[in-house]
Amino acid sequence: MLKIDKLNVWFGAGRDRVDAVKQASFEVASGESFGLVGESGSGKSTILRAISGLAPLWSGAMAVDGQTLGKIRQRSFYKTVQMVFQDPYASLHPRHSVDQVLGETLYLHGFDDIDRRVVKLLDDVGLGQKFRFRYPHQLSGGQRQRVAIARALAPEPRLLLLDEPTSALDVSVQAEILNLLVDLRRDRGLTYVMVSHDLSVVGHMCERLAVMKDGEIVEVMGVETLRRMEAKHPYSQSLLAASV
Amino acid sequence: MMEPLLDVEDLWVRFPSRQGIFDAVRGVSFSLGRERLGIVGESGSGKSMTGRAILRLIRPPGIVEAKQIGLHGVDLMKKTEKEMRSVRGQKISMVMQDPKFSLNPVMTIGDQIIEAYRQHNPASKAEAHAKALEMLEAVSIRDSARVMRAYPHEMSGGMGQRIMIAMMLIPNPEILIADEPTSALDVSVQRQVLDIMDKLVKERGMGLIFISHDLNLVADFCDRVLIMYAGRIVEICEADKLAQAKHPYTRGLLNSLPRLDAPRDHLEVLQRDPAWSEAPSVSGRV
Repeated sequence: MLKIDKLNVWFGAGRDRVDAVKQASFEVASGESFGLVGESGSGKSTILRAISGLAPLWSGAMAVDGQTLGKIRQRSFYKTVQMVFQDPYASLHPRHSVDQVLGETLYLHGFDDIDRRVVKLLDDVGLGQKFRFRYPHQLSGGQRQRVAIARALAPEPRLLLLDEPTSALDVSVQAEILNLLVDLRRDRGLTYVMVSHDLSVVGHMCERLAVMKDGEIVEVMGVETLRRMEAKHPYSQSLLAASV
Repeated sequence: MMEPLLDVEDLWVRFPSRQGIFDAVRGVSFSLGRERLGIVGESGSGKSMTGRAILRLIRPPGIVEAKQIGLHGVDLMKKTEKEMRSVRGQKISMVMQDPKFSLNPVMTIGDQIIEAYRQHNPASKAEAHAKALEMLEAVSIRDSARVMRAYPHEMSGGMGQRIMIAMMLIPNPEILIADEPTSALDVSVQRQVLDIMDKLVKERGMGLIFISHDLNLVADFCDRVLIMYAGRIVEICEADKLAQAKHPYTRGLLNSLPRLDAPRDHLEVLQRDPAWSEAPSVSGRV
């Protein structure tokens, strides 16, 4: 589903150039859930941004569903790949109601039965109709993140990029959102790439994960290896030790 | 049992709103000795408001009411706003969640620490400068001379939080209130900041109120834990016995955490019982 080969991402130029991602390579199979973990500044979110086209300066090769990605993304790309951002307080327009947020996304992707689809999306993410005409400030953090997930699901994507989807939420709400994501993936056969600094969240959600440090992937392992605490690279070992 | 440093009795925080009065904290009582006291709960449970109310940092129209907030037998509720200024910082200090918002962005770190020091101690600039360097070293900041000249945006989150702690420690307070001091930090940095706070509490014999939403962290770091729900304390337990907590709310929070050693398809979702918010607050006074 997703193939990343020797990806480099940088910001700035000349003296101010910062290499955020260096020579990262990994593959994600269709229907798989893949995790990226590391400290802040390790480049894990930057990889997601590069895939979604939000980081313009990159080299290497990226392919989604067999299609090599160029510098400019076609609309068909956004029908396949969607992203959910970290902070539900910042990722929703404060003056657009839930209905507008979802309706506009559906309109831009060329759907015509918008009304029916908005109703369905709200039901799918467990919000229900009474939330349809609310504004973001009338919603709690967990409800906002559900709206953000509904918006990402609107174009019926097959690959969902999740950038710390629960780190701004309480543990009790985190459990609800993670359960929702598990159900959606099973029901719709979605592929996930999930970024998190929380190893136990990645361990719960993903089958395989990559550990990143200073822009490089230091280790790719299966979740069983993680559970048995058998990470090979010393950095992944220290990360494991710090999180339990 | 020695005399407590701080004794809070029947604390209420109220906010008048269009829908009537909203009670953010409803009759909370607890005491603090020379220990690490954790306060945990979800957002909106009143834990931060409790911390702020102790320093009377709730601004009108918010209302703070309490039978007493005793600091060495002196009731803080009876102090005037002017007298409170000598309590804040000097006797009770507070570290906030995000260093980005608590440091002045247009002043160098050094100038800010020096200003804080001279606010509390009559000292020459050179003396204050030396003291500031010493403080930065106390919170394990290497090349402290460079940090003194730097501006807050040049600092990482972990550095920023250590600088905040350094500033809070200058007047040598007896009580430190830390409101989610490590929530904005990475796990590895989190540990360093906690170690520093732990060392300072032990060496200086301070009392620490540690406010956090992270149950595991609190269980690991504190001596005693108050669990708050809807403005009340629902349970108090020894931190190392948190795993055996009895209240369904605490159990629910613990069970909703994903665990590496116990994988499962679905996490348990907290089922809220209206009776929890009706039950009277448990007293945390000893």
